[in-house]
Amino acid sequence: MRRVWPVLLPLIAWQALTSLGLVAPFILPAPLAVVRTLWSEVALIAPHALVSLSEVLAGLVLGLALGVSLALAMALSDFLSKLCGPLLSASQALPVFVLAPILTLWLGYGAGPKVAMVVLLVVFPVASGLYDGLCATPEPVRDLARITKAHPLRALWWLRLPHALPQLGAGLRIAVTYAPTGAVIGEWVGASKGLGYLMLMANARMRTELMFAALLAIVAMTLVLNLATSRILRRFGM
Amino acid sequence: MSLAGLQGRVTLGDRVLVEALDLRLYRGWTCLLGASGAGKSTLLRLLAGLPTAAQLEGTRHAPARIGWMAQSDLLQPRLSVLGNLRLMARLRGESLPPARAKALLAEVGLAGRGAAYPADLSGGERQRLALARTLAEDAPLVALDEPFSALDVPTRAMMHDLAHARLAGRAVVMVTHDPQEALRLGDRILLLRAGRLEELPVLTGPHPVDLGDPALARAAAALVGQMRGAVA
Repeated sequence: MRRVWPVLLPLIAWQALTSLGLVAPFILPAPLAVVRTLWSEVALIAPHALVSLSEVLAGLVLGLALGVSLALAMALSDFLSKLCGPLLSASQALPVFVLAPILTLWLGYGAGPKVAMVVLLVVFPVASGLYDGLCATPEPVRDLARITKAHPLRALWWLRLPHALPQLGAGLRIAVTYAPTGAVIGEWVGASKGLGYLMLMANARMRTELMFAALLAIVAMTLVLNLATSRILRRFGM
Repeated sequence: MSLAGLQGRVTLGDRVLVEALDLRLYRGWTCLLGASGAGKSTLLRLLAGLPTAAQLEGTRHAPARIGWMAQSDLLQPRLSVLGNLRLMARLRGESLPPARAKALLAEVGLAGRGAAYPADLSGGERQRLALARTLAEDAPLVALDEPFSALDVPTRAMMHDLAHARLAGRAVVMVTHDPQEALRLGDRILLLRAGRLEELPVLTGPHPVDLGDPALARAAAALVGQMRGAVA
């Protein structure tokens, strides 16, 4: 029970605040009303959730592939690490969200710009996490590669990569947390489907409880993705 | 003709670490003894062709294939016992025949443990696997950088016996700071002190010298005195 109270207590306060009529429902709908809407509008919300989820998953897969490839390439080539390392760090000074309108301009109103947003959010934590891990192979372990005059690819596969897996896992956990945000922001900028689009539409029609229900769906999606990722990573000892 | 050697001088920045070095290795055990920081590990790394902060101004010759055991067993936790045994061959792009892998595990008393993981092994078993991994290299020169120093006394004595038996016929060079270890195993003992390598007398008779041999205790005590002199 002790673990439930930190969640339950604010919910009770929130419900009380609205039940007592202290806040208008179109500003802050009661939590029970939100849950009720999520239930009654499931036929409306589910297809939008599915669209967002597929954007997130596509972005995760592409971003993971891109981030891993980038980290491996940087680990194998001094030239690439000197070229891409600073670029990768500098790219973090740019809030990816400001790119959303540009991506929409370039890629249109379909899934493209949303997936691209997710990819941009995923690549950095994955690439930098894995790259840091690949560079942190203990010296005595690297001696094994030196004494056998191992080809860099063999050393990477047999020694450096296994040592870097925990850092890759940490990067991926961060990426999965950010990914849904990327898709939603992409949808805010311009879309005809998805939970972000549903939020804007509900807002325009003063259906605040539907907006909150969509928000709840996003939170649920993020939590499920996090749990699934943790479970998969733990299986691989990451 | 020696199997491997280092000639010249070794410098670290503008400090001379070893002057007029002439290290020649032949078949049998050569123990490199010295106080901490004397540079014995540096010499071993130079000989093995591994990077060090120090520089050799001179010549090195060594076989292409060198076995290596470090103080840490360097077992890879994500690889099974068999995977660890095959690791060096894989790094070289070669393969270790299953029959030979099996025989090697048996040689170090790990028969039937191929599917286990390093985390399942005891400290002694881990070092025995590290020895098997080194043996799998079948290298004419084996360099040991204090591989037994972290083991408890009975395990260490057992590893001495096993390593001595299994590495017979090769040139083995072992860095150690333990005089007793050097005396038990060394066909030659070289003491590195004040930037010079000195050849010390060794115990005669079969090696590894029996732990109960009173000559071993006497010689070890004398050697400790000599090493203490080296520090002073």
